[in-house]
Amino acid sequence: MAASCSRGVRSLFWKYETCKKGLCVSLSRTCLQLPVRQICVSVSVWRKNLAAAGPKKYTEEFIKKQVEEFEIGKRHLANMMGEDPETFTQEDIDKSIAYLFPSGLFEKRARPIMKHPDQIFPKQTAVQWDADRRPFHFLFYTGKQSYYSLMHDVYEKILAIERHQDKMRNKGLFTSDTKQISLTGSRWLVKEEMEELLVENISDQDYMRFIQLMERLLSMPYCSLEEEFVQKFRRQLEVQSSKQEIAPLQYDSQGIAFSVADGRRKSAKATITLRDSGSGNITINGRNYLQYFSLLQDREQLMFPLHFVDMLGRFDIEGSVEGSGHSSQGGALRLAISRALLSFVSEGEVEKMRQAGLLTADPRIKERKKPGQEGARKKFTWKKR
Amino acid sequence: MAAGILTRVSQALRGPRLVGAVLSGHGHTLSTAAAAAKPPAAPIDDTGETKILNFPLTQPDFFRLSELYTIKDLFEARVHLGHKKGCRHRLMEPYLFGSRLDVDILDLDQTAEHLQRALNFTAHVAYRGGIILFISRRRQFGHLVETTARECGEYAHTRYWQGGLLTNAPVQYSPGVRLPDLIIFLSTLNNVFQPHVGIRDAAKMNIPTIGVVDSNCNPSLITYPVPGNDDTPATMEMYCRLFKMTINRAKDKRRQMELLRGISASV
Repeated sequence: MAASCSRGVRSLFWKYETCKKGLCVSLSRTCLQLPVRQICVSVSVWRKNLAAAGPKKYTEEFIKKQVEEFEIGKRHLANMMGEDPETFTQEDIDKSIAYLFPSGLFEKRARPIMKHPDQIFPKQTAVQWDADRRPFHFLFYTGKQSYYSLMHDVYEKILAIERHQDKMRNKGLFTSDTKQISLTGSRWLVKEEMEELLVENISDQDYMRFIQLMERLLSMPYCSLEEEFVQKFRRQLEVQSSKQEIAPLQYDSQGIAFSVADGRRKSAKATITLRDSGSGNITINGRNYLQYFSLLQDREQLMFPLHFVDMLGRFDIEGSVEGSGHSSQGGALRLAISRALLSFVSEGEVEKMRQAGLLTADPRIKERKKPGQEGARKKFTWKKR
Repeated sequence: MAAGILTRVSQALRGPRLVGAVLSGHGHTLSTAAAAAKPPAAPIDDTGETKILNFPLTQPDFFRLSELYTIKDLFEARVHLGHKKGCRHRLMEPYLFGSRLDVDILDLDQTAEHLQRALNFTAHVAYRGGIILFISRRRQFGHLVETTARECGEYAHTRYWQGGLLTNAPVQYSPGVRLPDLIIFLSTLNNVFQPHVGIRDAAKMNIPTIGVVDSNCNPSLITYPVPGNDDTPATMEMYCRLFKMTINRAKDKRRQMELLRGISASV
């Protein structure tokens, strides 16, 4: 490197000597052909400062080209698989790619994908100004134009509602008990969802301020005028009990309804058959429950689901249980009874049972013993020296 | 010979930058800049353009802005009311008429003069398609200021001022952003009664400013201070109305001149 540098310098000086009396023009022409003398710098200066460049920006034409290529590729893929190109959905694409390029990689994101470019390339804000370089949005110079514009709009709506209130008061038609927006079963948008909506980063304080402003809007009597606007920022909460699978009731030869269910706790496994039109007899492993469980606590565990839904004397219970100790067996039987009861009970009762914790399997198991310790938590005697 | 090359180069450079100099220069140097930098070799096609740009500079009140308000209007909008004697800023003393029952009264004659100069400058900037930014950190009037800016097609900033908005613009926004050509402060103080950071930043970036200075404000770094009240809703509404009418008038005038040039060119 240094040798070539010095050679370049020496050849430059030789050229100077030969055309000393020549014109400047010829020297410049010869200079261009010669290598420029390089200043020796460290390697780190040559490497591009990748961190300072920020996230990679894609131009609009690039994205458009990618979209075109994707559409053409989709049709080719459909033809390859022998399907109709017009009705080729994204699921079909995924299945075809998984078939054509089988991959054993564990990381799902590392496997070959073929998706629409909008889902692959991150959403970028387009150029914010026109030909004269005047920004489009009137709040551009604040830095957070979408967020502040949203706050401005919400405040405008609050003022509009206040004016409406004043008008009603003038006419003498003002009432406080107007139709209120129902907020049960829905929640406000989370901060991440807000950022996605605004295509901008907002801070925690900004988000809090926005929620406060919306709450202020909702506190006004005539807020139902802006119900549609408010619902845009709320998400429905899913009712958990709708996910519960309830087996249908079975009927035996005499027409009596019965249901069968399983339950587990620690390492105890229990199976329960609940028979309707009974008198509250409980048989476990062929023996009466009084004989099997001599402890009151275990018998209470059996009774609790029936007591909760007020059907104590209605059912005959036949159960078998094995494994673990008496307490775990009682817990396993309780879970099995609750699951069996689901078929006999209404939807509202199911949600109540779920909230009481009757339908949740107890996840606690025996903690593992660790090396260097006596047990799971017990340590060896600590000696100071 | 080298000296001759240098002068020719500098003259050629000064020519196309005439418009830029006018936009970012101070008011009283406007006419001197226009007179001194008359290019000997003006661009051939732009005679219409230069005429449109130079014609308003021939008259002192081209946009007839003195018709928009009278001193009586200013009095009725309570522009003359300042703060108490204890809050008085030393540099505002020339603008005070006096003080009554410890309340400072601003001199409306001076206010009218300053307001005329400020509105005239705004009109000229808007005529040339400059970007105007309204700033006010008073939460009472934030919505009003933003609405005013939106209605006259200009820009507003009534929120928390992030450090490098003017001084670090290519990083805060995108590279190639255009900064405002005029900043109008409808209240020069921020929420802790200190001068707004935008005044200092605008002075650093050579952006002319217009500011409504109350008796507790510092008028030093503001190019066109307008001594007046900044606390009463009626006063703020009047200022917003005046600025909006000025800007709309100037833009309409520009469109008119462009149309006339289009008609005369086609003829």
